[in-house]
Amino acid sequence: MSENKTVRFMITRQDTMDSAPYEEEFVLPYRPNMNVISALMEIQRNPVNAKGEKTTPISWDMNCLEEVCGACSMVINGKPRQACTALVDKLEQPIRLAPMSTFPVVRDLQIDRERMFDSMKRIKAWIPIDGTYELGPGPRMPERKRQWAYELSKCMTCGVCLEACPNVNSKSDFIGPAFISLVRLFNAHPTGSMNRDERLNALMGDGGLQDCGNSQNCVQACPKGIPLTTSIAAMNRAATVQSFRNFFGSDHQVD
Amino acid sequence: MADNREFFYRRLHSLLGVIPVGLFLTQHLVVNHFATKGEEAFNRAAGVMEGLPFRYLLETFVIFLPLLFHAIYGLYIAFTAKNNVGRFGHFRNVMFFLQRVSGVITLVFVAWHVWETRIQAALGAEVDFHMMADILSNPLMVGFYIVGIVSTVFHFANGLWSFSVSWGITISPRSQRIMTYITMVVFVALSVVGIRAILAFV
Repeated sequence: MSENKTVRFMITRQDTMDSAPYEEEFVLPYRPNMNVISALMEIQRNPVNAKGEKTTPISWDMNCLEEVCGACSMVINGKPRQACTALVDKLEQPIRLAPMSTFPVVRDLQIDRERMFDSMKRIKAWIPIDGTYELGPGPRMPERKRQWAYELSKCMTCGVCLEACPNVNSKSDFIGPAFISLVRLFNAHPTGSMNRDERLNALMGDGGLQDCGNSQNCVQACPKGIPLTTSIAAMNRAATVQSFRNFFGSDHQVD
Repeated sequence: MADNREFFYRRLHSLLGVIPVGLFLTQHLVVNHFATKGEEAFNRAAGVMEGLPFRYLLETFVIFLPLLFHAIYGLYIAFTAKNNVGRFGHFRNVMFFLQRVSGVITLVFVAWHVWETRIQAALGAEVDFHMMADILSNPLMVGFYIVGIVSTVFHFANGLWSFSVSWGITISPRSQRIMTYITMVVFVALSVVGIRAILAFV
């Protein structure tokens, strides 16, 4: 029945970091339950484009294949999302694949996500527990708060919210929505909140949360359904209070 | 912007847009609305404003300096965005785009309006009902003024929405949605006040 069925792909390719992007079309035999990754693997096995010419296999990143690692993010039919959960049956053809060009393109669909890992260092996206002696157990976290914080912890640094945000671009230093929400996550943790002023002050530095223009694309685009705009507004409130504390002085920087 | 001053500048920009610039805009539109009660009522109201004590001080610190900062820094903000309404057509993204477009239109309109009224007054012209009636005797100018006022009022009303997010007043999606309704009522109400005043001069 479906023996002659094919799938068409239009893929934006780029050979090196500095070369100009170009489009290449591929036609693949259809298989049931295909996703974008399995299609890319098919091209890898048989790198022949729609004109029948032999070409180089496509380069892309992937890891977990179940939408928890964030590595395979790309722009699929105009929307940034993970390739592993993009099912061919649910996509309009030709399926257009492009790299998330907010990030430096390494090759084809492969991007350099390093700016996000630098951002995590900048906002101290961890909970410091190391010391020179045993500190004992930390304060307990209420179970309901843990459940609430779990939603924020689903962030996988996939970069989709940065690609969707109009204020993350080459003209701006905006850190991006994910990291504002991460500050909220780590500041909500009972032990993490002992350093909350450090994270807030880092977030209020140049390119920090103030660069948000409330387009709210991030919350629409987030594949994990993280309430990013709620986090941004919550951090705006915390930053307002923190700025008053910084300027007027306070004994409650961390509690 | 070096020295981590950006947070301060952005918050100042947000604050000045509402206090005093937004308040001045509202007051200005309300005073103009006296034109609907006739030439005399308008001239009397405008005369009161003109005769306020410490006028130059008020104008400088309540209007010109805040407005200049808001306009120049706002222009910088508007042009650092890379709009993507085509890819993301959600309501808030459209509003984000319109906020930037209306800001630029408002800047052009206000610059022209200040030149035509306040600067002419400084050069010796009399600011009264006749001055406006004269300007608005040109139908093109009526169109320009209506577009300018609607764009200014939109920028103010939608700016109130972002103000309440930027300062962390409305956090929950529900409060932000209700704020959208409130600010859109402000937009419609002030637009009616502004356009009625313009049409009173025609």
